[in-house]
Amino acid sequence: MKITQHSSENTLTLSLDGELDASSSVLLDSELNAPEILNYTKVLIDCQRLNYISSAGLGVFISHLQRFQDANVKLVFFNMQEKVHNVFEILGLDSLLTIVPSQAEAAAV
Amino acid sequence: MKNAIRISCTRRNLKVVRDFVSGFLGSYQLSELHTNQIVLAVDEVVANLIIHGNQEDESQFLDVRVSMRNQEFGIEIEDESPTSYSPSSYKEPDLQEFVRIGKKGGVGMMLVNRIMDRVEFTTVGAHNVCRLYKKLG
Repeated sequence: MKITQHSSENTLTLSLDGELDASSSVLLDSELNAPEILNYTKVLIDCQRLNYISSAGLGVFISHLQRFQDANVKLVFFNMQEKVHNVFEILGLDSLLTIVPSQAEAAAV
Repeated sequence: MKNAIRISCTRRNLKVVRDFVSGFLGSYQLSELHTNQIVLAVDEVVANLIIHGNQEDESQFLDVRVSMRNQEFGIEIEDESPTSYSPSSYKEPDLQEFVRIGKKGGVGMMLVNRIMDRVEFTTVGAHNVCRLYKKLG
């Protein structure tokens, strides 16, 4: 798993590249855990190169969601592959999280 | 075709098992989505056995065997850990509650139960076997 950060004004974009499992999700957790992330108003997760996600990866997002909401930071997923989106759907997480098709739509949320 | 694999109990081997299962399923013309679901269910059980059952002790091993009979995929995962999973204690989690309290784990078995047709855990002494089945096509 490779995570690339890109920030502009009030938005931080994290691009995920690879497979998010019980081994690699530790890295994502430490990225999202950084206190300065709450200084942004929006955190966008680019999932274009995210090829796989397990419950460990989902758990990282679930565990930070309330903290983000409390700090008025929007968490938005975009460019998600169908097989990855399907994992969110199986648990009904697609209705708890904001998932949009494209970067333009993510920027407009 | 290789139908069995033995791995030591480290998280690094999760990818090894995923590749093994997707390689096995590769000859059955499944959609990418269905292959991913089965690989995910196996990954969840294997992660639980490595992390919770065997505390990531690399001197411990899991034996994984796959089969296809009458268009039904089956997988057996065996280990010798003293702590075995008890499906009777399983309760479907409330995800909104997990979000509220910031809970990190606990949705893996929910995925397994929703994806697979049958999920069985048996323990005889210190010998545990988990079996997962899914009808294809």
